[in-house]
Amino acid sequence: MTIRDIIECIDGKILTSECDMEQNVEYGYACDLLSHVMAKCSPNSVWITVQTHLNVVAVASLVDIACIIIPESIDVEKETLDRAEKEGITIISTGLNTFEICGRLYDMGISPCP
Amino acid sequence: MEYTYNVEAGNYALAGEASSSIKALLKKLGISGDIVRRMAIAAYEAEMNIVIHSKGGCLILKISPEELILISEDRGPGIPDIDLAMKEGYSTAPDEAREMGFGAGMGLSNMKRCADEFNIKSTVGIGTKVQIKIYLK
Repeated sequence: MTIRDIIECIDGKILTSECDMEQNVEYGYACDLLSHVMAKCSPNSVWITVQTHLNVVAVASLVDIACIIIPESIDVEKETLDRAEKEGITIISTGLNTFEICGRLYDMGISPCP
Repeated sequence: MEYTYNVEAGNYALAGEASSSIKALLKKLGISGDIVRRMAIAAYEAEMNIVIHSKGGCLILKISPEELILISEDRGPGIPDIDLAMKEGYSTAPDEAREMGFGAGMGLSNMKRCADEFNIKSTVGIGTKVQIKIYLK
């Protein structure tokens, strides 16, 4: 799956300006506790979280997460988007909630992190 | 080679910079992806512990052909019961940190999981020192 496929699947909108739409994404993880994400999330994953502060980008970057999905059209701070652009991490917004996003991505073939 | 990174207490906006620098440095040195990732996770957990729980401290990274050593040293309240602090799910993080998704009570155990050797020493009222080793061979 590519980031392009994911955006289409969840009716998403890209919030970061520079983005590699063809970047490959294999796995998915949904959690708002950062230590769980550090411990369990694999590289080349999509991460779904309602957290929108700067540290989300630090965590994503440290564990090589490809893209972050923010559910329920929650606003994302500009500093977070700027940092994500700098780190090459795509942030996607969607009106769907976490449960719906996970369901759609699972159906589409995104696997749980091993 | 030895590198020192200062970590400021309570500064969530800067948090993660030391671990990002460590990750970038190890990558540049051509160290394998899995090891870089383990050290990056351990360094981030150590850095966040300093930010959330201490009055300030530093991370020291030592690189040799055989191993990577990360030392996290802080000035602060110390840990009265280390066994309890090591238990997954136990946390003393303030509400402010929990609202941001910290305080899962997994920081020290994540560090241990990433390390080949893990040592922690703490003195109440003085501070805490955590040292981990990751073997390169």
